[in-house]
Amino acid sequence: MSSVTKLEVPVPEGVKLPIFMDNHSTTPVDPRVLEAMLPYFTTHFGNAASRNHAFGWTAEAAVELARSQIAALLGGDGKEIVLTSGATESNNLAIKGAASFHRRNGNHLITVETEHKSVIDTCKRLTREGFEVTFLTPAKDGLVTAEQVAAAMTDKTVLVSVMLANNEIGVVQPVNEIGAAIKARNPKTLFHIDAVQGVGKVPFHVEDAKADLVSITAHKMYGPKGVGALWVRRRPRVRIDPIIDGGGHERGMRSGTLAVPLIVGFGKAAELAAAEREAEGVRLRALRDRLHRGIASRLSETYVNGSLEHRLPGNLNLSFAFVEGESLLMALKDLAVSSGSACTSASLEPSYVLRALGIGDELAHTSIRFGLGRFNTEAEVDYVIELVVRSVERLRSLSPLWEMHQDGIDISSIQWTPH
Amino acid sequence: MAYSDKVIEHYENPRNVGSFGKEDDDVGTGLVGAPACGDVMKLQIRVTDGVISDAKFKTFGCGSAIASSSLATEMIKGMTLDQAAEIKNTQIVEELNLPPVKIHCSVLAEDAIKAAIEDYKKKRQERGQ
Ligand SMILES: Cc1ncc(COP(=O)(O)O)c(C=O)c1O
Repeated sequence: MSSVTKLEVPVPEGVKLPIFMDNHSTTPVDPRVLEAMLPYFTTHFGNAASRNHAFGWTAEAAVELARSQIAALLGGDGKEIVLTSGATESNNLAIKGAASFHRRNGNHLITVETEHKSVIDTCKRLTREGFEVTFLTPAKDGLVTAEQVAAAMTDKTVLVSVMLANNEIGVVQPVNEIGAAIKARNPKTLFHIDAVQGVGKVPFHVEDAKADLVSITAHKMYGPKGVGALWVRRRPRVRIDPIIDGGGHERGMRSGTLAVPLIVGFGKAAELAAAEREAEGVRLRALRDRLHRGIASRLSETYVNGSLEHRLPGNLNLSFAFVEGESLLMALKDLAVSSGSACTSASLEPSYVLRALGIGDELAHTSIRFGLGRFNTEAEVDYVIELVVRSVERLRSLSPLWEMHQDGIDISSIQWTPH
Repeated sequence: MAYSDKVIEHYENPRNVGSFGKEDDDVGTGLVGAPACGDVMKLQIRVTDGVISDAKFKTFGCGSAIASSSLATEMIKGMTLDQAAEIKNTQIVEELNLPPVKIHCSVLAEDAIKAAIEDYKKKRQERGQ
């Protein structure tokens, strides 16, 4: 006799499946952004580097407007924007470019274990070229402190790279304090910030952070995929070597014909993000808290990963103890979220971010990341609460670990057979 | 990850979910895997006159792990202990169409069957039967 049957949760009116709640992986293009882009595919298709005809001038003017829109979101100047193919490239350019140019000043880099792979693997590659990298371990809440960064600095430290907000747990680092501490210890040490997830979501200004290099990307802020920027400080001027050689575009820092329609969309997306950040933050925080309360009030043994206080308004990363993440994703097949479980990644290891926080593998396997965004609604959140609660209850009724927990058995006291 | 229809079917309608009394004389319990690795299976058999008269499972793990253990309980019901001990993980892989990255789920199910039989036999021995 089997007591566990297929789960059916009625879909309320006005909610369309599947629901996208994975806005840290990417975001849809805002219709206003798309509208701004469209003319630049056909009518205004010129090469922004064509200096001698109207097609080129129109494209160049559009790019210059986009630069200033992007810079305004960061608090910088349009002349400081180097356009790239995305933040993976921006992070590579910032770190490799600075390391190469400033090599004679030292060979030490500092970053954090929870950074995006495009920062971590770039730093790791530099160790093969004689650089030494300090990977700071964050506290249990995911935060690093300014003191930690300053203490790790040596006279050979050429660059510190710390992200504004984390892509898995949404934790927001104290970049302003970190920037101040770096410059107090050594004004020549460059400060790079991967601001991809935080910009347009939480307050940020390049001057407040004393930043030298800032990476951002359009597709996390309702712009198109395949375009990003590296903000490079001009006063005082920050020098980096290019990693792509060619026609000398972008003041020699990044050769290649500019992707004009994408850049126009990026600019529009940045303008909207700047204008709507505050109101959107309030709305997303309310939705996030509703989601969190709705789930946690009905399910015991759920844990928030990372600081709830210093966090992006739209992020919720929860572990559902005794329920494996991939099996939960399978139950949530009409909901797009992601999991820190090993099974869902190519590497078969649980999330390195959760590991860095000292969260045990058994809890890491049970984590789900919810990323709320501009187009999520309260009705969706209410449906997701119902779906998640009932799915977790169902899977717990299938879980031998949940049964042991109910019987008062300490899971960690058992001699398991790792395989 | 795309799942086969058979995995989805077992995941949505798992067979033989539940538990027998661990201490019952005629019950053997296999508990394999580890929470830190992301899967744990508990498979139990009830034995009557040398034949597995009933089986139950509970699994913490991905959809393929749940489906593998659900299928395993179905397969062994009605088998003698020796027949059940002969079951190979490849039979489960074939039946569920498991992709290479999920083969470990079938191995775990095979281990769970063997562990349950082992436990049953040990119990009988300890009681001198
Ligand atoms: C924190 C962070 N940095 C960098 C990137 C890479 O950005 P892109 O997809 O534009 O290469 C991402 C997105 O995947 C991210 O979340």
